[in-house]
Amino acid sequence: MSARAVSIFVVTLLAALLLASSTAYAIAPEQMPTPQLEARYLALIQGFRCMQCQDESLADSPVDLAADMRRQIRDMLLAGKTDQQIRDFMVSRYGYFILFKPPFVAKTAWLWLTPGVLLVVGVLVALRVIRQRAALAATDLEDNDPTDA
Amino acid sequence: MKGRLRFIVPLAVFGLLVVVLAIGIRQSPDKDLIPSPLIGKPAPEFSLPSLTDPSRRVSSEDLHGHWYLFNVWGTWCVSCRAEHEMLLKIKQAGVIPLVGLDWKDDRGDALSFLKDAGNPYQTIAVDRDGSEAIMWGVYGAPETFLVNPQGIVVYKYIGPITQDAWKQQILPRLPPTQSPRGSSS
Repeated sequence: MSARAVSIFVVTLLAALLLASSTAYAIAPEQMPTPQLEARYLALIQGFRCMQCQDESLADSPVDLAADMRRQIRDMLLAGKTDQQIRDFMVSRYGYFILFKPPFVAKTAWLWLTPGVLLVVGVLVALRVIRQRAALAATDLEDNDPTDA
Repeated sequence: MKGRLRFIVPLAVFGLLVVVLAIGIRQSPDKDLIPSPLIGKPAPEFSLPSLTDPSRRVSSEDLHGHWYLFNVWGTWCVSCRAEHEMLLKIKQAGVIPLVGLDWKDDRGDALSFLKDAGNPYQTIAVDRDGSEAIMWGVYGAPETFLVNPQGIVVYKYIGPITQDAWKQQILPRLPPTQSPRGSSS
């Protein structure tokens, strides 16, 4: 196979994968009357955790309970509820656990702040190590004794 | 001095890691149990058809003024069958009435199961399409809610009720004056 054929093959394969991934739902999404509602519906169900399978969103889960919850969300959308009202409702029944992206409240502060704190600690440690190494290298040069490191 | 620090720091980090993991492991049996945000809040209001008599409705209003156990079950749920004997014992104890929520079940199956195995419930509401279970934040049967006379959810037990759960979790939450016969307020 020529290099050109290979590259065409790879590009086609990537395109097919991209196309497939954008439409690959485990569940056929329920139809909503308008594209706007459809978009909000899809965004909402992707943000909720399936309580029985936990690592899947409501959009991806094939279990019965997820279907019931999708229907609940759909009904609330059709009844004119806002996204926030729907999220608040789900949280009031299932707790923050149902949200894939937990809100920043007192209870979840550590969740959001820990990575930042760790980053700062890491940077400080790295700086210290770099300075020490630099100082060591300087003394090595002065001593002109490479075995002293 | 520096050499000693080089030894102590990783050891301290390791020690911290051990503590964090130990706490995690100790709590892991509860990891599957997601705490209910309904505890301390009013139980959901409902009015649903009765399983035994579809012309009648079971409503949360009728339950006000009494302690009751709200038990979510279905004949398709294996753990619920395992729990059934304990529910019959609870009925026999006569301390608190059981209100059932027959979740996404076939009516005929439910009735014949209760006929064979015995009916521990004072009354049973039917949740045909599963929307009532969502109101209660149910994610797997059996789940049991303890509701007080003011209609507040006091406690939630996830999974089949055991003798231990009944004695150590549910009974102590009931007022000592709760007479062994009555469900009267």
